[in-house]
Amino acid sequence: MRKAEQIPSLMGRGARQVIVILATLLSLFPIYFMIVSAFKSKDAYMANKWGLPTTLNFDNFATAFSGGKFYLRFANSIILTVGAVGISLMIACLAAYAFARMDFRWKRSLFNLFISLMIVAPVVLIVPLFVTMVQWNLVNTYQGVIFIYTGLMLPFSTYLMTNFFRTIPREIVDAALIDGASNFSIFWRIFMPLSAPAVMTLIVVNALWVWNELLIALVFLQKDELKTLMVGIAALRSRNYVDIPATMAGLLIATIPIVVLYLFSQKYFIRGLVSGAVK
Amino acid sequence: MKYKKWEPWLYLSPALIALAFVFALPVLRLIVLSVQRKSKGEMIFVGAANYTSLLKDDVFLEAVGNNLYLLISVPIMVGVALLLAIFLFEGIRAWRFYQITLFLPFLLPIVVVGLVFSYIFQLSGVLNEFLTAIGLGRFALDWLGSTKLALPTVMFVVIWKEVGLGVILFLARLMSVEEELFDAAKIDGANWWEMQWHITIPQLSMAIEFFTIISVITMLSWVFNYVFVITAGGPGNSTMVTELYVYLQGFRYNQMNLAAAASMLILAVTIIIIFIQFRLREGQAGWEEF
Repeated sequence: MRKAEQIPSLMGRGARQVIVILATLLSLFPIYFMIVSAFKSKDAYMANKWGLPTTLNFDNFATAFSGGKFYLRFANSIILTVGAVGISLMIACLAAYAFARMDFRWKRSLFNLFISLMIVAPVVLIVPLFVTMVQWNLVNTYQGVIFIYTGLMLPFSTYLMTNFFRTIPREIVDAALIDGASNFSIFWRIFMPLSAPAVMTLIVVNALWVWNELLIALVFLQKDELKTLMVGIAALRSRNYVDIPATMAGLLIATIPIVVLYLFSQKYFIRGLVSGAVK
Repeated sequence: MKYKKWEPWLYLSPALIALAFVFALPVLRLIVLSVQRKSKGEMIFVGAANYTSLLKDDVFLEAVGNNLYLLISVPIMVGVALLLAIFLFEGIRAWRFYQITLFLPFLLPIVVVGLVFSYIFQLSGVLNEFLTAIGLGRFALDWLGSTKLALPTVMFVVIWKEVGLGVILFLARLMSVEEELFDAAKIDGANWWEMQWHITIPQLSMAIEFFTIISVITMLSWVFNYVFVITAGGPGNSTMVTELYVYLQGFRYNQMNLAAAASMLILAVTIIIIFIQFRLREGQAGWEEF
């Protein structure tokens, strides 16, 4: 934070640089705080909350993993993420193929409906969905939640894939048609391989969403052995006595998959988000 | 491309079936639930009774008020994101690094962010210790324990997390603006403010509109995770929001019908926003290209 003292002496470009640096420090501080706290013992944390740890203490990670619940929650989150992202991707690509390459009645209205559904918050749907899921015995099952996630991700996924499919040149399709390819094989052998970047974007954006989702996981997976990582973490807040460094270790482990996913796919991720807004 | 008349529907059918079960049927069911009440184990029709009891419920009204209060953050987020995007665009050393770091908060799980911030803002937390250490002890307040401060504190966390999306969107759009536009303005002798006003802002209008709309929607119907983890609606009901109200009524107090009526009101607001969005988009690029 010491950089702030330099503001008066710096003009123009320098002042801007300082503002950006301050914003960056503000963005990074909670992340820094989480990481350094995870490596402190309880006493070290109480004595020195924001400084670097004097010795690296790995006990917190052992505490976070103890009892095996953490593994279970981690596994549940993985199962839901892989299942819902995979299924929604397949369904969205099929629908996008129709939107991008075929003409049919109500096409425009239907596509507008897909766009509109993107902004409907899940909270609106949980009460009736819960009543329905109880009747169908799907509460406390992976399938029930994967089904809900799939439906909620479809509007954005279809929108993104449709926009991408529209950019595939007609000549490629025409060439395949001359070779006598069927519509489905054009979809499967031409559109899907050419869409790898868009598919990557979609996988990353959707995986982040499912991994971070709380409300539906909270309502539909109430059995202890089915709870997700985020539900487990959220429950820590209501405890009276909290071991903050151990909690921070848990938070750090829960965050790592996301940061890794992001760093490996940064350009796809940003492209996907941007394509929703600016064309 | 040749295809039979029913073929598009074949490709669409899995999506349509999923959407019917996840959106359409639940909404129909929601309408029915919102006009019913449980009486002696049976659902009976009660007309608008759930809605009128909602409007008489101080907790619900406070929740609505808090959602509206959170809208204050929308112009703040747009302004901050715009400023940072313009600074990065105008060329700052290592701007790519800042682009990544400023976007990092947007990726983190809200649950993780909320918990970390609740330790930062605790009465004996890092922020207050820091303020005391630098001699600003009188500003060491009970950020999450006071009914006056809790909501602004939660709002700060929401802004902290969501502003990075705006920076990325604006920056991406700015990069695709033709450089001649800026050069021409420079030749005309425009100062910095004129340049932003006449070129940057108009070029960014679509992106600003998009970011504004999703921020409004976030504040009205996507803040559950923040509130649930940071304050759980407290102290008192000072950070109660409509989503938390639905969750508590439906799944804690077993008042499904009241929760359904509250959900209907959130849905109504969502539909109004969708309508406004389509009015704004009318005549703009999109479907005409098809």
